[in-house]
Amino acid sequence: MPEPKVVLDEDDIRRTLVRIAHEVVEKNNGRPVALVGIHRRGAHLATRLHQLVEDLLDEQVPLGDIDIAFYRDDLSTRGPDPHVNDSNLDFRLEDYTVVLVDDVLYTGRTVRAAIEALFDYGRPQRVQLAVLADRGHRELPLRPDYVGKNLPTARSERVNVRVREVDGVDDVIITELEEAFA
Amino acid sequence: MRHLLSIDDLDREAIERILDRAKTFTDVSEREIKKVPALRGRRVLNLFYEASTRTRSSFELAAKSLSADVINFAASGSAVDKGESLKDTVQTLSAYRPDLIVIRTPFVGAAQLVANWTTAGVVNAGDGKHEHPTQALLDVYTLRERLGTLEDKNIWIVGDITHSRVARSCILAFQKMGAKVTVAGPPTLIPRGMEAMCEVAYDLDRLPEADVVYALRMQHERMTDSFVPSLREYAAVYQIDGRRLGARQVLMHPGPVNRGVELSAEVIDSPQAVIGQQVEAGVVVRMAVLYELLTGRSAPKPALTTAVPA
Repeated sequence: MPEPKVVLDEDDIRRTLVRIAHEVVEKNNGRPVALVGIHRRGAHLATRLHQLVEDLLDEQVPLGDIDIAFYRDDLSTRGPDPHVNDSNLDFRLEDYTVVLVDDVLYTGRTVRAAIEALFDYGRPQRVQLAVLADRGHRELPLRPDYVGKNLPTARSERVNVRVREVDGVDDVIITELEEAFA
Repeated sequence: MRHLLSIDDLDREAIERILDRAKTFTDVSEREIKKVPALRGRRVLNLFYEASTRTRSSFELAAKSLSADVINFAASGSAVDKGESLKDTVQTLSAYRPDLIVIRTPFVGAAQLVANWTTAGVVNAGDGKHEHPTQALLDVYTLRERLGTLEDKNIWIVGDITHSRVARSCILAFQKMGAKVTVAGPPTLIPRGMEAMCEVAYDLDRLPEADVVYALRMQHERMTDSFVPSLREYAAVYQIDGRRLGARQVLMHPGPVNRGVELSAEVIDSPQAVIGQQVEAGVVVRMAVLYELLTGRSAPKPALTTAVPA
């Protein structure tokens, strides 16, 4: 198996999140925003982004996280997730523009599921999408509002975002999948 | 896993997986929209040959909370009254293409038979005095919530063991989770050979050793002979009351309670009782069971023709 290629390192991720935080503040121009991370790594990225956005706005910004396990469209073929996290959305969605945060945007199916899950909790004023990496190959008509890095990839490659809280290291790597898994 | 017929279909790891998932479902009933789409388009058939309030309604609510469609079939008032056999009924109802059949019958082993006759998954919701696995799962869930773990806990199951499918499933489940189980009751209501399964006591002298006291319902409807001289005499010796129940013990009962027989009124409403929590756990635990059986590659796929193995 070839060596994984690091496309973003710890510093890059930090700078990227700072930039996205500025974009979130600029784009929403005084409208109340809330951040909601998609489990698992998206939730950790959302926590960091949340801190940055709060610092910029100098006011409290609601933070939530959401698990999409029960909303996936491939439950009948892939089977249940071994681990399901609690969703936490302790604010009135109706009052906010919700920025969904995920690590990698790929087919768009996770985001579809997250939007559906979100609407079962309430009706946000609008929903925006922030991702650390967009690797293309969309299967649904979705586009992100904030992108950390565009990564043109082949389907035979795998993009992994690793975060300190889960993986002990902050980086984004691309690995070539064995043919059997491609 | 396709069917849940007995607690023996599950190992400890599977029980923990199902109960952990049940816990994540508690969130669903607290939201504005109290359902998730996980089982959208799946059909669950409730086939009940015996009276049931909480089991049937909690299976129905569980299925609906996962967006499955539910067909309720109660044997009384149906073709069963006109003499249709269990097999014919199941085959007829299979024409509705259920993905899962939840079945309760007074006949031991009926759920196993039904599993052989249908391409759907089958959940045993009580087959006579044999087993009632989802009850045992929700009891383990309730105890985990209250005590954290069942490991090394002393659990006493008191009452009519012979006629109790709850007892059988609970003994198996509690032991799998690491608890030490003792059954207690009059010799006439404890099956022979019980000692091979767990500890047996014929009086309540050692009841204070128990961390958990699980009282069973006196099942008059299954008693064809006189097993006890009278319910009054049974109550005098085996009723769990304020005198017998310790302050740190947890009290359970599968319901419906015969007030004044197996439990006195004071303990039913005591803080030790988790009877209400057991009912509450019923919905999330059954959601987790449906989710376990109806998702993934092994989930039953409705066949194009109704296959009937000989």
